[in-house]
Amino acid sequence: MTTAVQAVADVMPQAQAIPFDVDSVRRDFPILGRAVRDRALVYLDNAATTQKPRSVIDAMDRYYEEENSNIHRGVHLLSQQATFAYERARGRIAKFVNASESAEIVFCRGTTEAVNLVAHAYARPRVQAGDEILVTHMEHHSNIVPWQMLCQATGAKLTVAPVTDEGELDLAGFADKLSSRTRLVAVTHASNVLGTINPIRQLCDLAHKFDIPVFVDGAQGAPHLGVDVRALGCDFYAFSGHKLFAPTGIGALWGRRELLEAMSPYEGGGSMIQSVTFEATTFAELPNKFEAGTPNIAGAIGLAAAVDYLNGLGMERIAAYEDELLVYATERLLAVDGLRLFGTAANKVAVVAFALDAAHPHDIGTILDIEGVAVRTGHHCAQPLMQRFGVPAMARASFAFYNTRREVDALVSALGKVREILG
Amino acid sequence: MSELRELYQQVILDHNRKPHNFGPLDTANRHQEGFNPLCGDHLHVYLRLSDDDVIEDIHFDGSGCAISKASASLMTQLLKGCTADEARQRFAGFHAMVTADNDAPVDLEAAGKLAVFSGVREFPMRVKCATLAWHTMKSALDSEATDPITTE
Ligand SMILES: Cc1ncc(COP(=O)(O)O)c(C=O)c1O
Repeated sequence: MTTAVQAVADVMPQAQAIPFDVDSVRRDFPILGRAVRDRALVYLDNAATTQKPRSVIDAMDRYYEEENSNIHRGVHLLSQQATFAYERARGRIAKFVNASESAEIVFCRGTTEAVNLVAHAYARPRVQAGDEILVTHMEHHSNIVPWQMLCQATGAKLTVAPVTDEGELDLAGFADKLSSRTRLVAVTHASNVLGTINPIRQLCDLAHKFDIPVFVDGAQGAPHLGVDVRALGCDFYAFSGHKLFAPTGIGALWGRRELLEAMSPYEGGGSMIQSVTFEATTFAELPNKFEAGTPNIAGAIGLAAAVDYLNGLGMERIAAYEDELLVYATERLLAVDGLRLFGTAANKVAVVAFALDAAHPHDIGTILDIEGVAVRTGHHCAQPLMQRFGVPAMARASFAFYNTRREVDALVSALGKVREILG
Repeated sequence: MSELRELYQQVILDHNRKPHNFGPLDTANRHQEGFNPLCGDHLHVYLRLSDDDVIEDIHFDGSGCAISKASASLMTQLLKGCTADEARQRFAGFHAMVTADNDAPVDLEAAGKLAVFSGVREFPMRVKCATLAWHTMKSALDSEATDPITTE
């Protein structure tokens, strides 16, 4: 299997050969030491949200203990320090995705808010009845519903690029759906169910032939792959902090300056203005134009601390380690009797969705939980994808770099329990 | 293992494997469809209610987890021959049992055969599975409307 490593290697050619010491990495995450129902926690629900390293928790504590203040407003020292910390966080995130400048990073609540921001501020004024928004069959609801709402409001049409039985995007099908009526492509970097890594560069090249901008949902891409928005060639890229080892309630949208500049604000309020009278308001420059109100300052600082942590480990080493884990997990799961794997793309992040013929996914989830193994079951906010594969629900184990082969073994042995009880 | 066995009691496993009164009921005069959007459980309850409000026959079909299937199967066994009011009361009792505090004593006598579901209360995420068929049955009794109901 050629997987995330290649995608990252394209971005960061200087390979580091330092071995990955997972036991030491695990000690950075306080929660991994806890027990669940008297057993060691085996946390395999990282696509839902990830655990936080000590350095992220500490950075936020330190902010509240030493610098807490509102930003961009006070002349006092604390406000200056908070402003500096917040803007420094933006700079580190800009670097993490290789943006050309920090002003292209807009802080938001997460991927969902970023999609809604782009739908309202970019697409809404540019879309008319009869136009099209192209998504794929493997999108998360958050990259479907805002576009659907936009279509309902404007009379535009949501078109859907097909997914193959292996769980890959059908490239010819995608190209077929692009037309002179398409106003935007919204596609996920990596599927939260199938693990599939989409060939974003290629999709962007296809879309750009028609001058169609591409929004990339990076919720599952950013945690596993090195993100280089310029190498990807996309126009917008969004991700959620909580899936990137940072707190909930913070995320980032990267957009090309020209596009962000041409857009009207998303929300009105304080901080996003230059001057206000009752007759008229002039809006602030990028990125403040899109950050109305007091933002999640501690969250931004936590997100930057997470990015520092990931840079410290090296995204390439992370991806290489996760690839090995994915290969091992795939092998072991395929050896489980009656297990059906969903998503066998050549390029995958470490996510495995499956079903057992003996048991409904919900029962699998409960029995695994009793065995101390946390997985997600259900439709994974991707009901159209469930329909595509003809199942109401799937079980999903999603890995992070702090997971181990031992934990894969625990998963497999817990699946044995499921078969024993329900088989 | 004990926690597992407490939830997945043999009776539940048996009903899951061989559900009773499974399949449509040709003579039904009430029908309702129930969904649990969270996990994709989806079932139908069919029943024949006599003029004096007795459930003369009751069936179910659909797909779902072991808990929801077993619960539906046991429900159909218990409710055949009950009046509509008795059925509602049994539901109220069942609902109280699966949502009670973990340390509250279970009134095994009142619960009767349904006592096998008492382990569900330790798993709040599974309460909806255990009650889906009952909610669906109740809404079948309450109206002739055929709108699908959900446990959300
Ligand atoms: C692929 C994908 N997109 C978007 C989201 C939404 O992210 P959030 O809920 O953090 O806004 C998720 C989260 O589950 C996801 O997996």
